[in-house]
Amino acid sequence: MAKHHISTTINGEPVEFLCNTEQTMLDVLRDELHLTGTKEGCATGDCGACSITVDGRLVCSCLMLGVEAEGHAIQTIEGMADGDQLHPLQQKFLEYAALQCGICTPGFLVASRALLERNPNPTEEEARYWLAGNLCRCTGYDKIIRAVLDTAADMRGAS
Amino acid sequence: MYAPSFAAPTTVAEAVQLLANASGVARVLAGGTDLLVQLRSGILKPDLIVDTKRIPELRTITTEGGGYRIGASVSGAEAGEHATLSRDWPGIVEAVELIGSTQIQGRASFVGNLCNASPAADSVPALVAAGATVVIAGPNGEREVPVEEVPTGPGSTSLAKGEMVVAVKLPPKPARTGDAYLRFIPRTEMDIAVVGAGVCVTLDEGGTCTAAKVSLGAVAPTVLVVPDAAAALIGNKLDDAALAALDAAARAACKPIDDKRGTIEYRTKVAGVLARRAAATAFKRAGA
Repeated sequence: MAKHHISTTINGEPVEFLCNTEQTMLDVLRDELHLTGTKEGCATGDCGACSITVDGRLVCSCLMLGVEAEGHAIQTIEGMADGDQLHPLQQKFLEYAALQCGICTPGFLVASRALLERNPNPTEEEARYWLAGNLCRCTGYDKIIRAVLDTAADMRGAS
Repeated sequence: MYAPSFAAPTTVAEAVQLLANASGVARVLAGGTDLLVQLRSGILKPDLIVDTKRIPELRTITTEGGGYRIGASVSGAEAGEHATLSRDWPGIVEAVELIGSTQIQGRASFVGNLCNASPAADSVPALVAAGATVVIAGPNGEREVPVEEVPTGPGSTSLAKGEMVVAVKLPPKPARTGDAYLRFIPRTEMDIAVVGAGVCVTLDEGGTCTAAKVSLGAVAPTVLVVPDAAAALIGNKLDDAALAALDAAARAACKPIDDKRGTIEYRTKVAGVLARRAAATAFKRAGA
């Protein structure tokens, strides 16, 4: 069967790509568009390493087909920093050493940004529940949660 | 090489025609949180995938005659954000929000949860207890059936070829009615129900139960309706005798399996406990 021709927006830029039906959005990002910041962990929606947003909604890109991207606005980790200027969450993850091996980090950052866009002042419990679908085998989560809450406080102070 | 076809129709009629005319296996793609896992693991190799998210009426929640019509592709997150749905039917919204993570919530739907036909589907006992129905579209038009008539066993449904569920309908909520759903898992998030219990009750002005429906998940091949458990509540207030009778009726209805999540004995015991606790919350929400 002929490949599908998909027109979408990724990190604010219009993007077109070709894909087969069975290719996931994660496959398309990594293998077709070479946007390898989005990671594959489990490929079954359990680990959150492949988190992206679609029209602002947080999803696992491993559980979305590439063809479904037609006409939608996708945000990936590559769109998070503004050139060399890191997003406050990225900066704070560095300061808190909220990562070790780094495989889960893009997913945590994308998911955390989606949280703060909806809720600029989350409680620790709210942050932990929001991020329950992002698994990290290194940090024990505490540094990640502290980095997210501290970023939220900074961003509230700045606005 | 395996190469399924893909279609994203914009009307129910077009979707039904695609499903009805498909040669081989056709599958509906709503949130895809079950379908893509099955696709990836090779459990399922559909010849045709029909994405229903471009059909406008499947994407919205509307109020209809005092009740609700929830389109089949509405996600859990959208249901949770609706202005009045969680006020009117908190048990149902809490149940759908128990499914998976924030990421899963962004895509997973009530109808996907129902049609995946897992005995442990969290939103299904809550919908059953509330007396929800589904609207099924097919080559011969539409029909409406109670939610509990859709799953027929693990992974199988009563939908005929060419049929698809287009909406869940919640009835107008009678005065002094409350619903609740509870599930047990060994952790607090991201797990599959060991047991789930949905209870919906209507009370009279004195706090006596006049109508009830009780549903259990993960204790049989399909989600169960337990009339004896409802009967234990009807005519009674929320007292120890009624709760004990409810507990016994819930346990008596269980036909669970032994697996890594729980033994038969354990699941049976927990079903009684959860039924009691869900009933207590439902009574409270009904104004008791």
